[in-house]
Amino acid sequence: MSAPTLDRPVPDETALQQQFDATIAADHRIEPRDWMPEGYRKGLIRQIAQHAHSEIIGMQPEGDWLLAAPSLRRKAILLAKVQDEAGHGLYLYSAAETLGADRADLTDKLIERKQKYSSIFNYPTLTYADVGVIGWLVDGAAICNQVPLCRSSYGPYARAMIRVCKEESFHQRQGYELLMTMMRGTDAQRAMVQDSVDRWWWPSLMMFGPPDDDSPNSAQSMAWGVKRHTNDELRQRFVDMSVPQAEVLGVTLPDPELALDPETGRYRFGAIDWSEFKQVLAGNGPCNDERIARRRAARDDNAWVTEAATAYADKHAAVSA
Amino acid sequence: MAHEETVYEALDHAHGGEGQWAFGTGFDEPLAGVDTTVPEGIDPADLGAYCLMLGDDALVLCQRLTQWVTNAPELEEEVALANCGLDLLGQARLLLARAGSVGVLGRSRERATASIPDEDALAYFRDPDEFRHSGLVEAPNGDFGQTVVRLLAASAWRLALLTRLRESRDPVLAAIAAKGVPELTYHRDHAARWVLRLGDGTPESHRRTQAGVDAVWPLLADLFTATDVETRLTAAGVAADPAELVDEVRDVLTLVLERATLTVPEWPTPQPSRGRAGEHSAEFTALLTELQSTAREHPAATW
Repeated sequence: MSAPTLDRPVPDETALQQQFDATIAADHRIEPRDWMPEGYRKGLIRQIAQHAHSEIIGMQPEGDWLLAAPSLRRKAILLAKVQDEAGHGLYLYSAAETLGADRADLTDKLIERKQKYSSIFNYPTLTYADVGVIGWLVDGAAICNQVPLCRSSYGPYARAMIRVCKEESFHQRQGYELLMTMMRGTDAQRAMVQDSVDRWWWPSLMMFGPPDDDSPNSAQSMAWGVKRHTNDELRQRFVDMSVPQAEVLGVTLPDPELALDPETGRYRFGAIDWSEFKQVLAGNGPCNDERIARRRAARDDNAWVTEAATAYADKHAAVSA
Repeated sequence: MAHEETVYEALDHAHGGEGQWAFGTGFDEPLAGVDTTVPEGIDPADLGAYCLMLGDDALVLCQRLTQWVTNAPELEEEVALANCGLDLLGQARLLLARAGSVGVLGRSRERATASIPDEDALAYFRDPDEFRHSGLVEAPNGDFGQTVVRLLAASAWRLALLTRLRESRDPVLAAIAAKGVPELTYHRDHAARWVLRLGDGTPESHRRTQAGVDAVWPLLADLFTATDVETRLTAAGVAADPAELVDEVRDVLTLVLERATLTVPEWPTPQPSRGRAGEHSAEFTALLTELQSTAREHPAATW
């Protein structure tokens, strides 16, 4: 950020690009003050903002059960989890700000639908089992996506992701533990868990994004070390991890084609309905409007609070100056 | 081994490694392992009734604060309000469990199945008129200004009380109070900072926050008259006389409001608490119906 001085000549762009490429090739980290190509900066802001938005929108489906959690212990666990998600959003917006983005501007882009968030949060939570299934499958899929990002080439993002992943893994265990408890409960509880798994399984697989041959941003992200594995690789990993967990739980995953391939030791699974994914991504999911409307209301109805805080800070900065 | 591989390995194990669970996997009640013997000379029925008053205050205010989650003005505030709610929920669980441990369960135990712990029987299987919280905590949130004024008043009152209850002759209540004091100190401070910003911010925030003050003030009348239970327990060295808290609470609130350039309304005349007698508003019935909905829909379930 400091102005160039005479004894430190400005390196030309080619030299800077070479230095950047060498850092990436050596698997070292790019830090906020380092030179970086504009495409790298923009792509990262897009990715981190989308991730931050997903954390914040992701508070809503489970947050809808906060007031009706079935025990005080479950209420405490859920409230702490939703609070963690707000915290994740904060780290991630901060990471985006190290690249020159502005949180308020990113929030506006979310509300104006100029930036996306994970489509999974456009599905409704119909029963308390959904809280457990979101923990197990949705957070599980998120972890598969995010653990490799702990090695992202961009330092602030990588460091934020380490903390995010640790907390997500608690959430996943808590979700799974809720489901185990419900499966040991009444017939109605077991039916609730199965119904929830039926509804969330396919959308969870879609969380990894389009298949590799239809993923527009993947190749460049891989080359820059922002992304470490392809969508299909991560999706396979998630399926392989989840099938044995479903068996322990005693639920059936809603895919008749799901079978262990004896040659590869991996699970084959049925074709994903990408038309549904595209519909939800295009804004036509069951809850898209509701999710955005709540963010808009939080911003607009409380704008006076933010204005007051700014006015107060200005007033008192002026007094103490 | 690369970091990511070890994380996957840990996640692959559906069982085991239970020490790493954030909240533990067991269903220990909040007072598990604590000696809950009631010291001589203390009426267990009074002690339990008192714990219900304080536990219900915490539970109901937690529920109100939780209504802000996903709706707060800033992400920092999502975290802060959830944090206050979690602290109060923790206090509520301990206090309801203490009431249960001395056998004060009312009719909740008849309605809740045996596998449901006392804290949940009390929270989920009492009817509205069996709750003993004050009118201050059950009132609807209003806007963010009114919310922080109420939080300031409720935490100033509760901090004044719990500071004294650290000396309670009931060691369990004293320990719960000691745990709560630093939590409430933060809540009071957080709310006070917002009242300053909003009172002394813009003309709109000043107007809204003054309206919040004017709405909250009459609710303070409910807080400072001892019930018979409180009078007996104060004599027994277990409780604090709420009348003794007036000066401290009024001083704190006056100091903050004046600094915030807000008008301090006339202090309301203390009156016997309707809330402590089980008289509540229709808004509370709605709040409680939602809180209890899942638990009551599945009375035989375990969670």
